[in-house]
Amino acid sequence: MILNMGPQHPSTHGVLRLILEIDGENVVRMMPDIGYLHTGIEKTCEAKFYQQVVPLTDRIDYLCPLTNNLCYVLAVEKLLGLEIPPKAQWLRVLLNELTRINSHLVWLGTHALDIGAMTVFLYCFREREDILRIFEMVSGQRMMTSYFRVGGIALEPPLGFLDRVRDFASRFPAKVDEYENLLTGNPIWGMRTKGVATITAEDAIALGASGPTLRASGVDIDLRRDMPYSGYENFQFNVPVGTEGDVFARYMCRVREMRESIAIVKQAADGMPEGPIKANAPKVVLPDREKMKTEMEALIYHFKIITEGFAVPAGEVYQAVESPRGEMGYYVVSDGTAKPYRVHMRAACLANLQTLPKMCEGRLLADVVAAIGSIDIVLGEIDR
Amino acid sequence: MPLSPAITNLEELKSHPALALLLAWNPSAVAAVKYDHDEMTIYVDPGLLREACAILKDDSQCEFNFLSDITCVDWYPAEPRFEVVYHLLSIAKKERLRLKVRLASSSPVVESVTAVWPGANYFEREVFDLFGVRFSGHPYLRRLLMPEDWEGHPLRKDYPVEGYR
Repeated sequence: MILNMGPQHPSTHGVLRLILEIDGENVVRMMPDIGYLHTGIEKTCEAKFYQQVVPLTDRIDYLCPLTNNLCYVLAVEKLLGLEIPPKAQWLRVLLNELTRINSHLVWLGTHALDIGAMTVFLYCFREREDILRIFEMVSGQRMMTSYFRVGGIALEPPLGFLDRVRDFASRFPAKVDEYENLLTGNPIWGMRTKGVATITAEDAIALGASGPTLRASGVDIDLRRDMPYSGYENFQFNVPVGTEGDVFARYMCRVREMRESIAIVKQAADGMPEGPIKANAPKVVLPDREKMKTEMEALIYHFKIITEGFAVPAGEVYQAVESPRGEMGYYVVSDGTAKPYRVHMRAACLANLQTLPKMCEGRLLADVVAAIGSIDIVLGEIDR
Repeated sequence: MPLSPAITNLEELKSHPALALLLAWNPSAVAAVKYDHDEMTIYVDPGLLREACAILKDDSQCEFNFLSDITCVDWYPAEPRFEVVYHLLSIAKKERLRLKVRLASSSPVVESVTAVWPGANYFEREVFDLFGVRFSGHPYLRRLLMPEDWEGHPLRKDYPVEGYR
């Protein structure tokens, strides 16, 4: 029998349609059908100035907007050859790790809800609210932050920002214990996740999986540690690696990642360097408002950047960062003008989705729901 | 990090392991090279792409076992019009490599690399969908993001941003 699961199915995390060929309760064949959220962001980018692309990048993966901001600005900064001051780098790392926790919290809550554990969802969204308030405090927006700029960050964080982050960081590890108390030792959770939707390391690499989906199968790679960007080489953290490659291993990987992330947040908040938050590049970085009122030069540069954009030397760059879902990559091609010639996003979820048929074929229909949750897909990123 | 000019001289880059490997295998496979922004790019002959990928993947010195991404750039109206771009990653060596093939607009066809990396499946379908580049030997070359009955390939440069109305 052919069964359509989705595109309007609550456990598909968006609009994913799965065409399932089933024999009784067993899945014989699975074919994902995507594209329902395709918005043509890559095409839109080609018609915008470089700085106007930043808000678009938020909307690709709505659970980790700051990671997308970071990846894009790093790519353009590499093309421009800009040096970013340490304070901006530290803030970027701090906010990125908060984003990772935010994303993992949404994943954990919805994944547990899919499998039938209702309470965890409420707990996760309680802490997520704290993180969203921190984002709102720093950028004025809860979700579509657009806080990073080419050459630095938009504004100095408000007074009391670091205290608030430290306060959250000190409370959070106990909260992770709470989630773990509800799930890790729970026999029902174990039965729904252990040995379910297994994938081997060879298959995961061959299919292009990355992030926790790959690490849970025992492949020890994390771009933050192995190919550091934005000053990650200055932070100490462990990379959780699983062995089983099943839903439970992916769950454990992400939960342990949350603990590591909060440790990075603490290090970033405590070791925050002093200094400017924008690179010294007046032709690229918007001047401060105060300077515009007193300096003619600043006013001219502001006018030029807003009306004409800034030209980026011709060339191409592929910048990858470790997003909560895996390798997020931006391939930016410049032809020397103020608009990007081509912006391509390497979506971690698109590759991770390819592992889903491998995980589910030959297994029970009920396990499909657990498998979808465990690869943590965001359809906005897949369809772009 | 101040910008340094791109190196495009083949002789200067010969010591790069991936390039040395391809040159030792078949010098005619390498059409051009570029080293820019600390990123290595090798332009590969389209007819030899799949074999070149298989060699880069299996060699113990390079081990490009992970295919990060496939995409395409349309240089319309210049010829050869399409550049299909492959981003490879070696998980063991933590190295990246970019391969490119140039395709003329008259017959934008290149061999599929799904036999080397099964994960190329969706990436190639996406490039086919949005650019109209065909991949010979692909197991299921259908549109991925656009509807089945869509006309045209939206990411081509001669396709208007606001679409046809």
